[in-house]
Amino acid sequence: MSGTTPQGSAGTRRPDGATLVVALILAAIAVVIWRDAARLPQAGGYAGVGPADVPRWIAGGLGGLSLWSVIEAFRSGKTDREAQNVGPILWIVGGLAAQLALLTTAGFSIATGLLFAATAAAFGKRNLALTVPVGIAFALVVYLLFAGLLKLSLPAGPLEDLVWGLFRGHNGGTPA
Amino acid sequence: MTTFDFLLQGLSVALDPMILLYALIGVTLGTAVGVLPGIGPALTVALLLPVTYGLDPAGSLIMFAGIYYGGMYGGSTTSILLNTPGESASIVTALEGNKMARAGRGGPALATAAIGSFIAGLAATVLLAFVAPTVVKLALVFGPRDYFALMVLAFVTVSSAFGESARKGLISLFIGLALALVGIDQLTGQARLSFGVPQLLDGIEVTTLAVAMFAVGEALFVAGQRGTVDDEVIAVKGSVWMTAKDWARSWKPWLRGTVIGFPIGAMPAGGADIATFLSYAAEKKMSKHPEEFGNGAIEGVAGPEAANNASAAGTLVPLLTLGLPTTATAAIMLAGFQQFGLQPGPLLFATNPQLVWGLIASLLIANFMLLVLNLPLIGLWVKLLTIPRPWLYAGILVFATLGTIGANPSPVELSMLLIFGVMGYAMRLYGYPIAPVVVGLILGPMAEQQLRRALSISQGDLTTLVGSPVSATLLALSALALIVPLILRARGKGKVLSQLASDED
Repeated sequence: MSGTTPQGSAGTRRPDGATLVVALILAAIAVVIWRDAARLPQAGGYAGVGPADVPRWIAGGLGGLSLWSVIEAFRSGKTDREAQNVGPILWIVGGLAAQLALLTTAGFSIATGLLFAATAAAFGKRNLALTVPVGIAFALVVYLLFAGLLKLSLPAGPLEDLVWGLFRGHNGGTPA
Repeated sequence: MTTFDFLLQGLSVALDPMILLYALIGVTLGTAVGVLPGIGPALTVALLLPVTYGLDPAGSLIMFAGIYYGGMYGGSTTSILLNTPGESASIVTALEGNKMARAGRGGPALATAAIGSFIAGLAATVLLAFVAPTVVKLALVFGPRDYFALMVLAFVTVSSAFGESARKGLISLFIGLALALVGIDQLTGQARLSFGVPQLLDGIEVTTLAVAMFAVGEALFVAGQRGTVDDEVIAVKGSVWMTAKDWARSWKPWLRGTVIGFPIGAMPAGGADIATFLSYAAEKKMSKHPEEFGNGAIEGVAGPEAANNASAAGTLVPLLTLGLPTTATAAIMLAGFQQFGLQPGPLLFATNPQLVWGLIASLLIANFMLLVLNLPLIGLWVKLLTIPRPWLYAGILVFATLGTIGANPSPVELSMLLIFGVMGYAMRLYGYPIAPVVVGLILGPMAEQQLRRALSISQGDLTTLVGSPVSATLLALSALALIVPLILRARGKGKVLSQLASDED
């Protein structure tokens, strides 16, 4: 495709990288869907359209959009975008990953408290000695509200067990 | 029974103290998320889906609708006082409203927005009550092919008719459709795209996708921006009350906004934001003071604010009568109905009139609640705007993940939240719309089912799809909605369309 787009004049311009990446991703998804559909039995019944057909059409659509994106990338040329701050993004992604990793072992409050602190850090509150305890306390209140009152099943950890133990009175002490 | 009888019956449901409480919670939450930038009604309803799982269906749905209405009221406050629209449907309000606030007329701007929202909300809800039974009668003769055509029209209008580029809208839509394939095929029970992961057999949760794209994606996007926007909240000086002249200049735009907003919401033609742009353009054209536009013309606040509320009520027409969502919020409300085992559509009016009419009647009451919340109590909401951003977004993400964890506390679900969150961020960054993904995910399986049903009836004959006058007309409209904007953009008239971009709610 390079240089010889139907629109001609694009020869001197560089293609837009982001749009090319989008084209690539769409093509990859299309291939994945197509290969998955190939594995399904053809059970069209009266309709003549079985479980594998609609996926094939969607894969086809994605393939077409991928091609369209390639053409668009060369036709429009490189577009400048405002640079992004990478630091804050990494804080939030890291916070979500930490929550994911700790949720089942440390429980809802601690894992979510860390997410809270990481998000606050992304927006400029870097004082973790303050934000982590605030986050854990906040998440604990949320936990008690939703798991206690609305019976939402949220994963409990040592902290939650401790608080439940306190609530249920001192008979039997606090499980930790 | 006539519509009046049904409405009276609905009122008796709506006046139940518990239902009133649900409505009050809904409108209060809705106003709050409307005021706060970064979260909107679509996200809030998505967050509440898992929480309301065990609660009363009628109450929960009334709460969801209250959130939708409340979001439309609350968004204006942020637009006027902060110049950062709280909702996409309030972008236009910021044009004139913020200028009025800077000129010390913030009070009347807030008042005309609230009263306009009230009048439009009330009138449009009454319209909804009268239009819905007629649409239900029409919908009873709809067959699978007609529903399929209707969904195709919704796909096209949501994704490619408006916005910056048809290509980007269609890409978003197809990503949604592709995600919708994951899980068990509803007609044959075949597992599709589940890659042996048991959690994927149930498909991708609407809650997870919506929360990830709206909350996580938005937080990442705001955090990643270098230049911080001017975040100064303008204090409300002087009287909140409108002068006689303000009233005289406001009442016509309110009514015009209602007339513009309701049909736009009711047609599968995009969300409230489009209605507000059209209303603004209309007011600018009809105004006796065109020179004031851009410097704080009250008509430019009154019209669009009425239009977005009327459009929210209009959106409920296809949602309740056909089960067809035309905005992201409506799509998530549909997921809410399904959570309670209810399928909106003509049958719902027959099998569950208590619920439908209770919902409609509650919305009338909700409008009165919202008027009180948004005029005398406006000061409380202004305080919300002073929450520092780190705490605000940290809190938003805690609640966002709470919804997902509550629905399904598995690492797979949280991984999806993270992946879709990053995807939502990338889509925002490169200008790909979010709403078509959500609509594609919800409507995709329904469209496939209707299509396969229609083809079963015709024994595989594809021409059946254009075989009824309704389906042929709808598909022709879809083709027009796809092709005309392409031609307009190719001729360099795309600017108007990209201004009409439907973003979130």
